Amino acid sequence: MRSIRVLGALAVVTLTGTFALGLGLPATFEQRTYSRMVALHPPLAWTAYVAFGITAAASILYLIPRTRRPRWDAIASASAELGVLFTGLTLITGSLWGRPTWGVWWTWDARLTTTALMLVIYLGYLAQRSIADTASARAMRSAIIGAMAVVVVPINHMAVEWWRTLHQGRSLASLKPGSTLDGDFIAAMLLGFVAMTLSYVWLLVLRTKVIEADNELEAHALTAAIAARRREAVAQ
Amino acid sequence: MFRDAALIAGKDLRIERRSRVTTQQIAPFALLVLVLFAFALDPDRGVLGRAAAGLYWLAVVFCTVLAVQRSATVEVTDRAGEGLRLAGLDPGGVFLGKAVAVGAQLLVLEALLTIGIAFFYGTKLHEPMLLLATALLATIGLAAAGTAYAAVAAGLRVGTTLLPLLLLPVLAPVLLAATRAWEAGLAGVPGDAVSWLELLAAFAVLYIAVGVVGYGTLQEES
Repeated sequence: MRSIRVLGALAVVTLTGTFALGLGLPATFEQRTYSRMVALHPPLAWTAYVAFGITAAASILYLIPRTRRPRWDAIASASAELGVLFTGLTLITGSLWGRPTWGVWWTWDARLTTTALMLVIYLGYLAQRSIADTASARAMRSAIIGAMAVVVVPINHMAVEWWRTLHQGRSLASLKPGSTLDGDFIAAMLLGFVAMTLSYVWLLVLRTKVIEADNELEAHALTAAIAARRREAVAQ
Repeated sequence: MFRDAALIAGKDLRIERRSRVTTQQIAPFALLVLVLFAFALDPDRGVLGRAAAGLYWLAVVFCTVLAVQRSATVEVTDRAGEGLRLAGLDPGGVFLGKAVAVGAQLLVLEALLTIGIAFFYGTKLHEPMLLLATALLATIGLAAAGTAYAAVAAGLRVGTTLLPLLLLPVLAPVLLAATRAWEAGLAGVPGDAVSWLELLAAFAVLYIAVGVVGYGTLQEES
């Protein structure tokens, strides 16, 4: 429990630091103060991809009979929920950034389209998780869908990438502060990456524990779970 | 495996011939979609003609959802799928067989829809060989991915509402690639279609592999 609290404290400290650094960034010529979004938006997107990667890895580990543990299922589920959360935040911060800089809330850019498709795929994953079923059947089904998503995401990405480049050949990368980023921006963004990753890991651990407790509750009735919680509290 | 696949494909097609779900329900639905598109997009402004390839493949994708759902329901009803497992058929073969049967039905629907867009939307079918090649590759991919996902959703009480949510984002690359390839074909510039055909082929190979390897696990789970 203590290590989880330390992790949580680190996440909160780095997140606070990211906001402090990010809000302190100077206004740029091209984007004015909107360029401060660089401290938030890319780290959120990165974390979303990490979360879905972890879901896929945990699903595959569950599918392999030798490594099949209920914990992998719980981790896959927790990570997918967080992935949806971070993808949602990525799309929201992205459109808030896009509106003043590109002039539109949404554009059919390759990366945006792939991200939106990814969100829908994992919403489907979560939808099927909420169907009442036996724990083992649900875990198996989720693992199959979670593992199949590994195939879906890259091929969607590839298709959409071709679509946009073939069609308009316009790169939005030049509009983003990427190539000519100076030191302060890089520092804020890197801290953002650390903060979001730590927050993700922290929430993942907590959510996994909750899901496992939920499963236990389902399996062994209330009394057993209460007894375990009491033992844990006494041990501290 | 291939012998089992042939048996299952034969069985499924025989069921379709007798129940006539594809010919009496899915095919009229496909044509209905074409007519509904005309209501949504004003036919006089030429939008239909320009969007014909996209509308065509959208109709095919919707029909795929219905066809694979039907194909999976056949195995769930009266626990027929368990009978197949008891018969000791190779799961990879069962998958291939079901996918082939779905693919055959889709090809019939696509032929019908092609006549439909030529008739209703006045689309000129240039480059028929390219259109045919695209249709074949796309159909293999649609049937393979659809059969795999339908097997996951089959047997669940809410499977009918869940399947479109799971399957449609997966079929998005096929819709995209097939539409672009057809657009190139209909516009008479087949060179633009090459990379899209490659993508369709990659998708098809990938999902056949996933299905053949994973179908046994899918059957166990349901």
